[in-house]
Amino acid sequence: METTFDLPANIAFGVIAVAIIVAAIRVVTTRNIVHAALWLVVVLGGVGAIYILLQAEFVAVVQYLVYIGAIVVLFLFGIMLTRAPLGEMLDLTNRTMRVGAIITAVILVTIMVFSVVDSFRDEEVDFIAYSGDVAAAQTFADLSAEEQETVLDEVAAIGAEGTDLGPVGRTETVSDSIFRDYLIPFEVISALLLAALIGAIVIARRD
Amino acid sequence: MLLNQFLILSAVLFCIGVYGVLARRNAVLVLMSIEMLLNAVNINLVAFSTRWGVSGQVFALFIIAVAAAEVGVGLAIVLLIYRNRTSIDLDELDEMKG
Repeated sequence: METTFDLPANIAFGVIAVAIIVAAIRVVTTRNIVHAALWLVVVLGGVGAIYILLQAEFVAVVQYLVYIGAIVVLFLFGIMLTRAPLGEMLDLTNRTMRVGAIITAVILVTIMVFSVVDSFRDEEVDFIAYSGDVAAAQTFADLSAEEQETVLDEVAAIGAEGTDLGPVGRTETVSDSIFRDYLIPFEVISALLLAALIGAIVIARRD
Repeated sequence: MLLNQFLILSAVLFCIGVYGVLARRNAVLVLMSIEMLLNAVNINLVAFSTRWGVSGQVFALFIIAVAAAEVGVGLAIVLLIYRNRTSIDLDELDEMKG
Protein backbone atom coordinates (compact mmCIF):
# COMPACT_ATOMS: atom_id res chain seq x y z
CA MET A 1 0.00 0.00 0.00
CA GLU A 2 1.39 3.39 -0.85
CA THR A 3 2.04 5.62 2.08
CA THR A 4 0.22 8.89 2.35
CA PHE A 5 1.88 11.40 4.64
CA ASP A 6 -0.73 13.93 5.56
CA LEU A 7 1.28 16.79 7.06
CA PRO A 8 -1.52 18.99 8.48
CA ALA A 9 -3.15 15.99 10.13
CA ASN A 10 0.17 14.92 11.62
CA ILE A 11 0.86 18.39 12.99
CA ALA A 12 -2.63 18.47 14.48
CA PHE A 13 -2.06 15.05 15.98
CA GLY A 14 1.23 16.17 17.55
CA VAL A 15 -0.29 19.25 19.13
CA ILE A 16 -3.30 17.35 20.45
CA ALA A 17 -1.19 14.46 21.73
CA VAL A 18 1.15 16.76 23.64
CA ALA A 19 -1.83 18.61 25.13
CA ILE A 20 -3.48 15.34 26.19
CA ILE A 21 -0.35 13.91 27.83
CA VAL A 22 0.60 17.12 29.65
CA ALA A 23 -2.96 17.54 30.92
CA ALA A 24 -3.16 13.86 31.95
CA ILE A 25 0.07 14.18 33.94
CA ARG A 26 -1.33 17.27 35.61
CA VAL A 27 -4.53 15.37 36.51
CA VAL A 28 -2.55 12.72 38.38
CA THR A 29 0.02 15.05 39.96
CA THR A 30 -1.72 18.33 40.79
CA ARG A 31 -2.28 19.14 44.45
CA ASN A 32 -5.49 21.04 43.86
CA ILE A 33 -8.44 18.73 43.40
CA VAL A 34 -10.54 21.27 41.48
CA HIS A 35 -7.64 21.86 39.10
CA ALA A 36 -7.49 18.11 38.52
CA ALA A 37 -11.12 18.19 37.36
CA LEU A 38 -10.36 21.13 35.06
CA TRP A 39 -7.27 19.44 33.57
CA LEU A 40 -9.49 16.41 33.01
CA VAL A 41 -11.58 18.64 30.71
CA VAL A 42 -8.45 19.22 28.58
CA VAL A 43 -7.78 15.46 28.41
CA LEU A 44 -11.35 14.64 27.43
CA GLY A 45 -11.52 17.49 24.91
CA GLY A 46 -8.24 16.38 23.37
CA VAL A 47 -9.52 12.81 23.05
CA GLY A 48 -12.60 14.22 21.30
CA ALA A 49 -10.30 16.08 18.89
CA ILE A 50 -8.47 12.79 18.21
CA TYR A 51 -11.84 11.23 17.29
CA ILE A 52 -12.43 14.06 14.83
CA LEU A 53 -8.95 13.46 13.39
CA LEU A 54 -9.95 9.81 12.96
CA GLN A 55 -13.12 10.98 11.19
CA ALA A 56 -15.41 9.59 13.86
CA GLU A 57 -17.61 12.65 14.14
CA PHE A 58 -20.50 11.05 15.98
CA VAL A 59 -18.27 9.57 18.70
CA ALA A 60 -16.57 12.97 19.05
CA VAL A 61 -19.89 14.77 19.52
CA VAL A 62 -21.03 12.19 22.06
CA GLN A 63 -17.67 12.52 23.83
CA TYR A 64 -18.13 16.28 24.17
CA LEU A 65 -21.77 16.03 25.23
CA VAL A 66 -21.47 13.17 27.71
CA TYR A 67 -17.99 13.63 29.14
CA ILE A 68 -17.46 17.38 29.20
CA GLY A 69 -21.13 18.23 29.49
CA ALA A 70 -22.16 15.71 32.11
CA ILE A 71 -19.36 13.70 33.72
CA VAL A 72 -17.08 16.63 34.55
CA VAL A 73 -20.03 18.46 36.10
CA LEU A 74 -20.74 15.30 38.10
CA PHE A 75 -17.11 15.29 39.29
CA LEU A 76 -17.32 18.93 40.33
CA PHE A 77 -20.49 18.12 42.28
CA GLY A 78 -18.70 15.17 43.87
CA ILE A 79 -15.82 17.44 44.91
CA MET A 80 -18.28 19.98 46.30
CA LEU A 81 -20.37 17.46 48.23
CA THR A 82 -17.35 15.78 49.80
CA ARG A 83 -16.25 19.25 50.97
CA ALA A 84 -12.75 19.07 49.59
CA PRO A 85 -10.86 22.10 50.84
CA LEU A 86 -10.16 24.57 48.04
CA GLY A 87 -6.50 25.26 47.38
CA GLU A 88 -3.51 22.98 47.73
CA MET A 89 -3.65 19.69 49.61
CA LEU A 90 -0.42 17.89 50.31
CA ASP A 91 -1.83 14.44 51.05
CA LEU A 92 -3.56 13.67 47.74
CA THR A 93 -0.81 11.27 46.68
CA ASN A 94 0.25 8.23 48.68
CA ARG A 95 3.99 8.72 49.21
CA THR A 96 4.84 5.06 49.79
CA MET A 97 2.81 3.85 46.80
CA ARG A 98 4.23 6.50 44.52
CA VAL A 99 7.52 4.87 43.55
CA GLY A 100 5.83 1.52 42.96
CA ALA A 101 3.13 3.19 40.89
CA ILE A 102 5.69 4.96 38.72
CA ILE A 103 7.61 1.70 38.17
CA THR A 104 4.38 -0.14 37.30
CA ALA A 105 3.33 2.56 34.84
CA VAL A 106 6.74 2.68 33.14
CA ILE A 107 6.92 -1.11 32.78
CA LEU A 108 3.35 -1.21 31.46
CA VAL A 109 3.96 1.56 28.91
CA THR A 110 7.15 -0.16 27.75
CA ILE A 111 5.39 -3.48 27.20
CA MET A 112 2.38 -1.89 25.51
CA VAL A 113 4.42 0.37 23.20
CA PHE A 114 6.72 -2.50 22.27
CA SER A 115 3.88 -4.88 21.45
CA VAL A 116 1.97 -2.22 19.51
CA VAL A 117 5.00 -1.17 17.49
CA ASP A 118 5.84 -4.81 16.87
CA SER A 119 2.33 -5.68 15.68
CA PHE A 120 1.40 -2.71 13.49
CA ARG A 121 4.79 -1.59 12.23
CA ASP A 122 3.90 0.85 9.48
CA GLU A 123 0.22 0.27 8.93
CA GLU A 124 -1.54 3.41 7.85
CA VAL A 125 -4.81 4.71 9.11
CA ASP A 126 -7.18 4.55 6.18
CA PHE A 127 -10.83 5.28 6.16
CA ILE A 128 -11.93 2.37 4.01
CA ALA A 129 -14.01 0.67 6.62
CA TYR A 130 -16.27 3.64 7.21
CA SER A 131 -18.01 3.25 3.88
CA GLY A 132 -19.98 0.33 5.23
CA ASP A 133 -19.21 -2.73 3.18
CA VAL A 134 -15.60 -3.42 4.03
CA ALA A 135 -14.94 -5.96 1.30
CA ALA A 136 -16.26 -3.84 -1.54
CA ALA A 137 -15.13 -0.52 -0.17
CA GLN A 138 -12.96 1.94 -2.03
CA THR A 139 -11.84 5.32 -0.87
CA PHE A 140 -13.35 8.19 -2.76
CA ALA A 141 -9.95 9.21 -4.08
CA ASP A 142 -9.43 5.78 -5.69
CA LEU A 143 -12.39 6.26 -8.02
CA SER A 144 -11.98 7.64 -11.50
CA ALA A 145 -13.20 11.15 -12.20
CA GLU A 146 -16.43 9.91 -13.81
CA GLU A 147 -17.19 7.57 -10.94
CA GLN A 148 -16.57 10.39 -8.47
CA GLU A 149 -19.04 12.51 -10.37
CA THR A 150 -21.62 9.72 -10.29
CA VAL A 151 -21.19 9.34 -6.55
CA LEU A 152 -21.52 13.08 -6.03
CA ASP A 153 -24.67 13.15 -8.18
CA GLU A 154 -26.17 10.32 -6.16
CA VAL A 155 -25.30 12.11 -2.95
CA ALA A 156 -26.85 15.31 -4.24
CA ALA A 157 -30.01 13.49 -5.34
CA ILE A 158 -30.37 11.75 -2.01
CA GLY A 159 -29.46 14.92 -0.13
CA ALA A 160 -32.41 16.62 -1.78
CA GLU A 161 -34.65 13.94 -0.32
CA GLY A 162 -33.26 14.61 3.12
CA THR A 163 -31.22 11.47 3.69
CA ASP A 164 -27.52 10.76 3.35
CA LEU A 165 -25.38 8.12 1.69
CA GLY A 166 -22.71 5.67 2.83
CA PRO A 167 -19.25 7.04 2.12
CA VAL A 168 -20.05 10.57 3.20
CA GLY A 169 -22.67 9.79 5.82
CA ARG A 170 -20.51 8.03 8.37
CA THR A 171 -22.88 8.75 11.21
CA GLU A 172 -25.46 6.85 9.22
CA THR A 173 -23.10 3.87 9.06
CA VAL A 174 -22.67 4.01 12.83
CA SER A 175 -26.39 4.20 13.45
CA ASP A 176 -27.02 1.35 10.99
CA SER A 177 -24.55 -0.75 12.90
CA ILE A 178 -26.07 0.12 16.29
CA PHE A 179 -29.65 -0.54 15.29
CA ARG A 180 -28.95 -3.59 13.15
CA ASP A 181 -25.94 -5.53 14.45
CA TYR A 182 -25.91 -4.29 18.02
CA LEU A 183 -29.59 -3.76 18.75
CA ILE A 184 -29.74 -6.06 21.77
CA PRO A 185 -26.64 -4.60 23.50
CA PHE A 186 -28.13 -1.16 22.83
CA GLU A 187 -31.34 -2.10 24.62
CA VAL A 188 -29.36 -3.67 27.47
CA ILE A 189 -27.46 -0.36 27.83
CA SER A 190 -30.74 1.46 28.36
CA ALA A 191 -31.67 -1.00 31.13
CA LEU A 192 -28.19 -0.53 32.62
CA LEU A 193 -28.57 3.25 32.66
CA LEU A 194 -31.95 2.93 34.38
CA ALA A 195 -30.47 0.55 36.96
CA ALA A 196 -27.51 2.88 37.56
CA LEU A 197 -29.86 5.85 37.94
CA ILE A 198 -32.03 4.08 40.51
CA GLY A 199 -28.98 2.63 42.24
CA ALA A 200 -27.27 6.01 42.56
CA ILE A 201 -30.44 7.56 44.01
CA VAL A 202 -30.91 4.73 46.51
CA ILE A 203 -27.26 4.81 47.61
CA ALA A 204 -26.94 8.55 47.95
CA ARG A 205 -30.38 9.26 49.45
CA ARG A 206 -30.35 10.57 52.98
CA ASP A 207 -32.98 8.95 55.20
CA MET B 1 -1.14 8.92 9.60
CA LEU B 2 0.17 5.75 11.08
CA LEU B 3 -2.11 3.56 13.12
CA ASN B 4 0.73 3.26 15.61
CA GLN B 5 0.78 6.88 16.66
CA PHE B 6 -2.78 6.62 17.95
CA LEU B 7 -2.09 3.31 19.70
CA ILE B 8 1.03 4.70 21.39
CA LEU B 9 -0.83 7.83 22.52
CA SER B 10 -3.49 5.56 23.95
CA ALA B 11 -0.90 3.39 25.73
CA VAL B 12 0.74 6.43 27.32
CA LEU B 13 -2.62 7.84 28.44
CA PHE B 14 -3.55 4.44 29.86
CA CYS B 15 -0.35 4.23 31.89
CA ILE B 16 -0.76 7.74 33.28
CA GLY B 17 -4.24 6.63 34.35
CA VAL B 18 -2.83 3.47 35.96
CA TYR B 19 -0.37 5.64 37.91
CA GLY B 20 -3.27 7.81 39.07
CA VAL B 21 -5.33 4.82 40.21
CA LEU B 22 -2.39 3.37 42.16
CA ALA B 23 -0.92 6.51 43.69
CA ARG B 24 -3.84 8.79 44.45
CA ARG B 25 -5.49 8.68 47.86
CA ASN B 26 -8.60 10.73 47.17
CA ALA B 27 -11.48 8.59 45.88
CA VAL B 28 -12.74 11.28 43.46
CA LEU B 29 -9.27 11.55 41.91
CA VAL B 30 -9.15 7.78 41.48
CA LEU B 31 -12.47 7.93 39.63
CA MET B 32 -11.01 10.64 37.35
CA SER B 33 -8.05 8.36 36.58
CA ILE B 34 -10.47 5.54 35.71
CA GLU B 35 -12.13 7.89 33.22
CA MET B 36 -8.73 8.41 31.59
CA LEU B 37 -8.26 4.64 31.33
CA LEU B 38 -11.62 4.28 29.60
CA ASN B 39 -10.75 7.12 27.22
CA ALA B 40 -7.47 5.45 26.30
CA VAL B 41 -9.38 2.28 25.43
CA ASN B 42 -11.80 4.33 23.33
CA ILE B 43 -8.96 5.88 21.31
CA ASN B 44 -7.81 2.35 20.50
CA LEU B 45 -11.27 1.22 19.43
CA VAL B 46 -11.87 4.25 17.21
CA ALA B 47 -8.40 3.95 15.65
CA PHE B 48 -9.02 0.28 14.84
CA SER B 49 -12.44 1.12 13.42
CA THR B 50 -10.72 2.99 10.57
CA ARG B 51 -9.40 -0.32 9.28
CA TRP B 52 -11.70 -3.05 10.49
CA GLY B 53 -15.22 -1.72 10.27
CA VAL B 54 -17.44 0.61 12.16
CA SER B 55 -18.03 -1.75 15.10
CA GLY B 56 -15.17 -0.10 16.99
CA GLN B 57 -17.05 3.18 17.07
CA VAL B 58 -20.18 1.42 18.30
CA PHE B 59 -18.21 -0.18 21.13
CA ALA B 60 -16.69 3.22 21.96
CA LEU B 61 -20.21 4.62 22.28
CA PHE B 62 -21.21 1.72 24.55
CA ILE B 63 -18.14 2.35 26.70
CA ILE B 64 -19.04 6.03 27.00
CA ALA B 65 -22.55 5.06 28.17
CA VAL B 66 -21.21 2.52 30.68
CA ALA B 67 -18.65 5.07 31.92
CA ALA B 68 -21.42 7.57 32.57
CA ALA B 69 -23.34 4.98 34.61
CA GLU B 70 -20.17 3.96 36.43
CA VAL B 71 -19.31 7.53 37.45
CA GLY B 72 -22.85 8.11 38.69
CA VAL B 73 -22.85 5.03 40.93
CA GLY B 74 -19.19 5.56 41.91
CA LEU B 75 -19.74 9.11 43.08
CA ALA B 76 -22.86 8.02 44.99
CA ILE B 77 -20.74 5.42 46.82
CA VAL B 78 -18.02 8.00 47.51
CA LEU B 79 -20.67 10.35 48.88
CA LEU B 80 -21.99 7.62 51.17
CA ILE B 81 -18.47 6.85 52.43
CA TYR B 82 -17.93 10.54 53.07
CA ARG B 83 -21.19 10.77 54.99
CA ASN B 84 -20.33 7.78 57.19
CA ARG B 85 -16.67 8.61 57.84
CA THR B 86 -16.28 12.32 56.93
CA SER B 87 -13.27 11.35 54.82
CA ILE B 88 -12.74 9.88 51.36
CA ASP B 89 -9.13 8.90 51.96
CA LEU B 90 -8.76 5.43 50.45
CA ASP B 91 -5.86 4.53 52.78
CA GLU B 92 -8.22 4.72 55.75
CA LEU B 93 -10.67 2.23 54.23
CA ASP B 94 -8.84 -0.86 55.45
CA GLU B 95 -11.54 -2.80 57.33
CA MET B 96 -11.33 -5.65 54.83
CA LYS B 97 -7.59 -6.08 55.33
CA GLY B 98 -6.89 -9.45 56.95
